[in-house]
Amino acid sequence: MADNELIWRIAGGSGDGIDSTSQNFAKALMRSGLNVFTHRHYPSRIRGGHTYVEIRASDEVVDSRGDGYNFLLALGDSFARNPKENAYYGNEEIKPLSENLDDLREGGIIIYDSGLLDASEIPDFEERAEENDWHVFGIDLRSMAREHGREVMRNTAGVGVTAALLEMDLDEIENLMENAMPEKILEPNLTILHDAYDMINEEYEFEHDLRIPTGEHDEDQVLISGSNGVAYGALDEGCRFIAGYPMTPWTDVFTIMSQHLPKFGGISEQVEDEIAAAALALGASHAGVKAMSGSSGGGFALMSEPLGLAEMSETPIVLVEAMRAGPSTGLPTKPEQGDLEHILYTSQGDSCRVVFAPGTPQEAYEQTRTAFQMAYDYQIPAIVVIDQKLSGENQNVPASAFDREPNPSLGPTLTEAELEDAPHDPSGKFKRFSHDDPEDDGVRPRSLPGQKGGRFLVTGNEHNESGHIEEDPDNRITQMDLRMKKLESIREHLDSDPESSNQTYFGPDEAEYGIVTWGSSQGAVREAVERLNDQGHSVKAIGVSDLMPFAEKEVTEFLESVDEALVVEMNATAQFRGLTQRELGQFGEKLTSLLKYDGNPFEPAEIVEGFEIQIAGGTDAPSANTRLEPAVSD
Amino acid sequence: MSAFNAIGEEREIDRDEFTPGIEPQPTWCPGCGDFGVLKALKQALPEVGRTPEETLLVTGIGCSGKLNSYLDSYGFHTIHGRSLPVARAAKLANPGLEVIAAGGDGDGYGIGGNHFMHTARENHDMTYIVFNNEIFGLTKGQTSPTSPKGHKSKTQPSGSAKDPIRPLSLSLTSGASYIARTAAVNPNQAKGILKEAMEHDGFAHVDFLTQCPTWNKDAKQYVPYIDVQESDDYDFDVHDRGEAQDMMYETENVLKEGTVLTGRFYVDEDRPSYQQEKQAIGEMPEEPLAERYFDDDYEWERSYDLLDRHR
Repeated sequence: MADNELIWRIAGGSGDGIDSTSQNFAKALMRSGLNVFTHRHYPSRIRGGHTYVEIRASDEVVDSRGDGYNFLLALGDSFARNPKENAYYGNEEIKPLSENLDDLREGGIIIYDSGLLDASEIPDFEERAEENDWHVFGIDLRSMAREHGREVMRNTAGVGVTAALLEMDLDEIENLMENAMPEKILEPNLTILHDAYDMINEEYEFEHDLRIPTGEHDEDQVLISGSNGVAYGALDEGCRFIAGYPMTPWTDVFTIMSQHLPKFGGISEQVEDEIAAAALALGASHAGVKAMSGSSGGGFALMSEPLGLAEMSETPIVLVEAMRAGPSTGLPTKPEQGDLEHILYTSQGDSCRVVFAPGTPQEAYEQTRTAFQMAYDYQIPAIVVIDQKLSGENQNVPASAFDREPNPSLGPTLTEAELEDAPHDPSGKFKRFSHDDPEDDGVRPRSLPGQKGGRFLVTGNEHNESGHIEEDPDNRITQMDLRMKKLESIREHLDSDPESSNQTYFGPDEAEYGIVTWGSSQGAVREAVERLNDQGHSVKAIGVSDLMPFAEKEVTEFLESVDEALVVEMNATAQFRGLTQRELGQFGEKLTSLLKYDGNPFEPAEIVEGFEIQIAGGTDAPSANTRLEPAVSD
Repeated sequence: MSAFNAIGEEREIDRDEFTPGIEPQPTWCPGCGDFGVLKALKQALPEVGRTPEETLLVTGIGCSGKLNSYLDSYGFHTIHGRSLPVARAAKLANPGLEVIAAGGDGDGYGIGGNHFMHTARENHDMTYIVFNNEIFGLTKGQTSPTSPKGHKSKTQPSGSAKDPIRPLSLSLTSGASYIARTAAVNPNQAKGILKEAMEHDGFAHVDFLTQCPTWNKDAKQYVPYIDVQESDDYDFDVHDRGEAQDMMYETENVLKEGTVLTGRFYVDEDRPSYQQEKQAIGEMPEEPLAERYFDDDYEWERSYDLLDRHR
């Protein structure tokens, strides 16, 4: 826990402008020199329901949502009102005010819109406020907004009240509003912002301790989501073709790419289904364009077919899998890391693909770039795994992280001049799948349709050197071995430079205990490790990104160096622990799992608690919505 | 300087260039209608002025999928029902290619039905040949989407309870801008129709009747066919959507009674192709995307230039 931090939660109904308001407020905090991390919680609907965004801001590094929060702006739900007194939808009777109280820290602040919410209806509200030393401000934001002509401006009024209570100055907020809002609505919004701000300063005595922290960045920062990271990584690698079908949370990446690709001279295609989407990416790549597609779990299930075809035909493509909680439609707007085995093994035959799971928006950028390099250099499908958490959370990243050269290389692709000296069969066909392996890495260079002298056939059947269907056992073994060899080559390539490893390490070099995690749970683990070491434990952690080919060397070294380890992941069946044991064939007795699958990402405190239970013998039940799964030998 | 010099090359093209040479010999059964498609394609391509190296033939799975083993060109033998999305994207990536997709009736009207509908809707500039033998051949004779009602097979032992799909009507409704039916037993018509289909700017759908002597011995493709353009009994305007629709409906109906009507059923030369539509709204570059990766002078845009909105 950062010593001095604001965790501001704005809560209300979908449609209350919570997303846009929080995005601007987060940017304002970042501009004022703070590190920022946002967390989105929303239902699968367009209007109403209970939704909130948390913004955590501190002068220290923040890369998780933190534990609980200390400032609540409860807007109420202006869309869930129903003239029929008793009608409600789902859990509509739960007012945003009551649903949000359990995690509010002692001494925290509550602003609620008394125009929509009646605190006296909330059971035990007064008592709880007193008990927890909450500072409560019931303010009629609704009437304020109505006076200025637009009820939806309650959110702006709320920001004004927030800024006043935190003693923030309004400059950055105003600047951002000016950038983001059309002239017509800017004026009333600015007025209401100031009115709310002034009213608080004039009419209220402050007794709370919370103030806006102060910080300073030593370089230019940008507020980036995991989806931005993936999309920008793809653009910088020269990806100029995307095909997709809408599905939460993958849609974020798809939308960003669709906005920018036409301006970048590329093509974006929204198509009939995910089978088509991945197949289009294959077709574009086959014709010589860097291409990608992607989906979330359900749509990715449809991509099994083209994914297998990419493996067999050795056509480079990059797919994004933005996980959400399953099975089936699951929790469409909630994070989970339950698709791991699905991603690694879906499609018939032996898997021959690259899978990376970045842990932060910056890693999403870097590893998407690496995924394209692996895909095109080794003619193999590469999958970037993100999830609802990473795709939608924003974090400040130094702008310099994106200041890198584009890389439009198609990998081992021959020019017409090179094709003249390339191997051909007697009929004149280019031996695209030659048994000779020029670089001894499993990769045979390809030609592209329309090139002179490059004619070949590509097929999802097993094939001979020029691509014709071939069932001969010796050819089969040769082709299979060459394809599988690429995974070894990629592993060697990734291990060759420890500096650029995709794995992330936290904590001291030497420690008694370890925590292992993968993908987006990394941020909460980092923070938990810091806290545990501050409390006198001896802990280090590894965030694994290389899932296939597995980061065997690094994980082995890590696990050899600790007495036991906690494996932290968001699913019910300890999939990553299973993968680790399968890949390494040892350490089973060392690995206890800490699992969470309630639809919410880990908070650092939950990992701290899990760790403490584990080293105390692992018999207590966690108080949080987590589960400890004892170690099993290999 | 193009990286793809096979595209647009002007020269005499011999139809034998499309024969792969020593291997592989076709494994289709003797008397199979698929030979008719192969032959018609080999005749039509040189007449359109297309060489093997600027032709990309994308196939599905089944006996028809073996077409690109026997027709020498660039070929992508994909998976069951998925030839169209692969072909579409290749055409968008490099519009200079002559893109032909081919598959069977199960492949195209069954498992690939969704792609068929949407590729037609978008009017991609390509040719789609459906080998229609009213049967699943390579899996040994099961009932297919075009098999007649009452068709008996090992998977429909009491005879199919389903009406067959109406491929021509479906194509028209979906938005194809060139729709024809031809037959392997009519090589001259087949060559002419394939030539027109390739020259057509837009989605050209050819329902190609290919008799299956092994699994479909009573198939109607053996009976004499009627060319609607040649016959005085059928007077309709192929450019008129309404008349075309009625003609197709009748064609699909009389097929059930064993009367085989073939020919051009609908031609719309005014509808812009998808590529033209996409370029018109500024979402597709004028230059082929695939060329760009070989252009050392091209300035690649960077994500760094997008960061202002995140500051």
